[in-house]
Amino acid sequence: MKKRENNSEEITRTGGTMDMKRRSFVKLLGGGIFIFFQPWSALEILSLPAEQARSLTKDYNAFLQIAEDGTVSCFTGKIEMGQGIITSLAQEMAEELNVPFEKVKMVMGDTDLCPYDAGTWGSMTTRGFGPNMRAAAAEARAVLLDLASAQLGVPVTQLEVKDGEITDTKNPQNKVTYAALAKGKKLEKYLDVKPLPEDYSKFTYVGKPYKRVDSRLKVTGQAIYTGDRKLPGMLHARLLRPPSHGAKLASVDVSGAEKVEGVKVIRDGDFIAVVSENREKADEAIVKIKADYTFNEMKVNDKTLFDWILKAESRSNVARTKGDIEAGSQLCDKTFESEYHDPYLAHAPIETHTALAVLEGDRLTVWASTQSPFGLQDGIVRETGFPREKVRVITPFVGGGFGGKGAYQQGVEAAKLAKLTGKPVMVTWTRDEEFFYDTFHPAGVIKINSGIDKSGIIQMWDYHVWMSGTRGSDTIYDVPNAKTTSYSENTKVSPVHPFGTGPWRAPNNNANTFARESQIDIMASAAGIDPLEFRLKNLKDDKMIDCLKAVAEKFGYVADKAPSGRGIGIACGIDAGTWVANMAEIKVDKATGKVQVVRIACAQDMGLCVNPEGALIQMEGCLTMGLGYTLTEEVQFEGGDVNTRGFDTYEIPRFSWLPKIDCVILDRKGKAPQGGGEPAIIAVGAAVGNAIYDATGARLYRMPFTPERVLEALKKVRET
Amino acid sequence: MEETIRFSLNGKKTEIKIDPTQTLLWVLRNQLELTGTKYGCGMGFCGACTVLINKEPVRSCMLPIGDIAGKKVVTIEGLEKKGRLHPLQKAFIEHDALQCGYCTPGMIMTATAMLMKNPSPTRQEIVDGLEDNLCRCGTHVRIIEAVQTAAKEMKGGK
Repeated sequence: MKKRENNSEEITRTGGTMDMKRRSFVKLLGGGIFIFFQPWSALEILSLPAEQARSLTKDYNAFLQIAEDGTVSCFTGKIEMGQGIITSLAQEMAEELNVPFEKVKMVMGDTDLCPYDAGTWGSMTTRGFGPNMRAAAAEARAVLLDLASAQLGVPVTQLEVKDGEITDTKNPQNKVTYAALAKGKKLEKYLDVKPLPEDYSKFTYVGKPYKRVDSRLKVTGQAIYTGDRKLPGMLHARLLRPPSHGAKLASVDVSGAEKVEGVKVIRDGDFIAVVSENREKADEAIVKIKADYTFNEMKVNDKTLFDWILKAESRSNVARTKGDIEAGSQLCDKTFESEYHDPYLAHAPIETHTALAVLEGDRLTVWASTQSPFGLQDGIVRETGFPREKVRVITPFVGGGFGGKGAYQQGVEAAKLAKLTGKPVMVTWTRDEEFFYDTFHPAGVIKINSGIDKSGIIQMWDYHVWMSGTRGSDTIYDVPNAKTTSYSENTKVSPVHPFGTGPWRAPNNNANTFARESQIDIMASAAGIDPLEFRLKNLKDDKMIDCLKAVAEKFGYVADKAPSGRGIGIACGIDAGTWVANMAEIKVDKATGKVQVVRIACAQDMGLCVNPEGALIQMEGCLTMGLGYTLTEEVQFEGGDVNTRGFDTYEIPRFSWLPKIDCVILDRKGKAPQGGGEPAIIAVGAAVGNAIYDATGARLYRMPFTPERVLEALKKVRET
Repeated sequence: MEETIRFSLNGKKTEIKIDPTQTLLWVLRNQLELTGTKYGCGMGFCGACTVLINKEPVRSCMLPIGDIAGKKVVTIEGLEKKGRLHPLQKAFIEHDALQCGYCTPGMIMTATAMLMKNPSPTRQEIVDGLEDNLCRCGTHVRIIEAVQTAAKEMKGGK
């Protein structure tokens, strides 16, 4: 550990902008004890998008401050979008520093104050950032003990810490608080921190259920989201949008918009906006712009999509292989070939992409609803030419992200407009814009050829996935001959997606789990074995076996082979280091094809669970949101034109859809904590699909299971 | 074009000189600085902008401000009385019935109107009453529980 005491603001350890940043940081926050650390875990580095690897600085970043009033501030580039880390990270901090939970303040997503972070996604906060934070906090505690030892005149070994107070165990009157140690100081410590092997069993705060710390603000309307900020002279902007992706502006007449009272038209090439202090005047003006476009659209729509995907010239890659598919086929008594389809999905957060930008002197400040404040900072630098150190991005509460707010176009738009107008500019995407510029979950096709021997053991598994990516494509079952081949878009030769795509809660795992678990069910049914028993028979993974047994117990499962007519389905999978198993019970209205999920149970092994209350909320949220991709959600489009641009056409889960939900979190206190925000969503589609089969004998190969598709599948059953 | 509109806002007499065709949502947010009422879709589909007008839940994104002249408007900011939270607000906290919190004001306002009309709703009545309020985080199960808890408390308080 390097220790430095520094009573001036002059910091010379490293040069360049980080140095400046730290200076302004200390200035902004005043006195106290500052701890700097290197917030990089191997896991986090691996997950960085290549373009952001630039910021993999070896420098130390500001991390925590113990203020003169004893408040501990934790600085993280992560953001709060509902997933609850504002609570769980504070719990972890309180734990390691031995301070009361109430004394911990989270400062999140501010590029001037917080250490670099690529983005809040991939269920990385608890498993990636968390261990670093805890290790650094433990070191910080050691620093405080050193200081106390000097002040109290007794060795560290004789000291005890409780609730932010350090006491001499031999003389309890001889004590000092963190606040007193921080008083009048501007002390900086630099830590070379590595996550420590930990004794999770001794935790005070971690592992106990804590309610959200942000709920009072949120139930009173006081929580500030980006759109709630208001600055003097602020303008609201609306931007001219093309009618479809790929359309290019040919000619434009803005005179109609210019006539609207209080509206100014801003133009920089094809970047055209109207701005007004009155949002509704901007709304009125934008539709008065007359524009013509040239179209160069892809000849694909939601009906031809899957053929289009298979015909595209893609890049193939063998993700994993074991044994030999040919040899495996020879061992099979029965083989099964299936093709599964998964559409584009929208993220549809209730808060649309929003940003407010203001230029003060040569400094640009942008508030944005984003999952990636540092990514937006990069984007602004790239697209506006501002130097990085002059751009500050601040992320207030985010009204839902689900992966979609990793994209930050609205922030760049606001930045450009602030530069062009010299005034603060608010960009709030309309719902229509949100559904148009969303980076959709990519549609995909999965083909599986698999086979079982006479005793119902899977001997061969040949898995091919187009465009959906490999997350969640692990075979998970113990198959001697297995191969996974992935085909991805070759944008230069054969672009596939007519619009932007990106990660959607547990990216692509929903599709891969749907395909794998449907295929498993097909084989179980053909073997005449109960689907739970068939899974247990083919698994060697203890965690998965435990999850399946736990969910079966919670559900009160009684073995039977499918289709049993009961409407019960099973599915399992792995995401973000967490093991998940689901059981669903459904009812199918055979006249209308409508599926109602009656109940759903989920068991999850997520290692140590930091906040059981928060984790449970995430599981329930995943299971509920998962009903959407399972039953209704599908982007409909014609070329680059998106037809589902409202909640009337893109239907997300409602109260009446709600099944009875039962969750089990397996007690794994001795294990490192894993992801919690995404895993429980992955097996909803598969469990419901398998339940439809169990109820009716009709197998669905395409999500979502709309009434139309269910009726079609039922018709096929009758015909055969 | 501008008219003086007089109405009651969260129990206070309010007067605003404004084009009466302006939408209540944006007037609340921009002129009256009450930002608890949220923009979600602007078309009445999501319910994030729900306020009470004469005790009825109304989508403020669809309502010209001229229509509220002489009426009583209550927004999420108006539920807390002298530092005491409304039972629904308390119950939402108690049940952790929110995640991102963006739909929460609309949920609470819709539920407030529901409980004024029907102090003892069944589970099905709660589901029906909230059906057109959208939550993307999937907090539905807890919202129902929170409304049930609040209903119990409100009856006890009478």
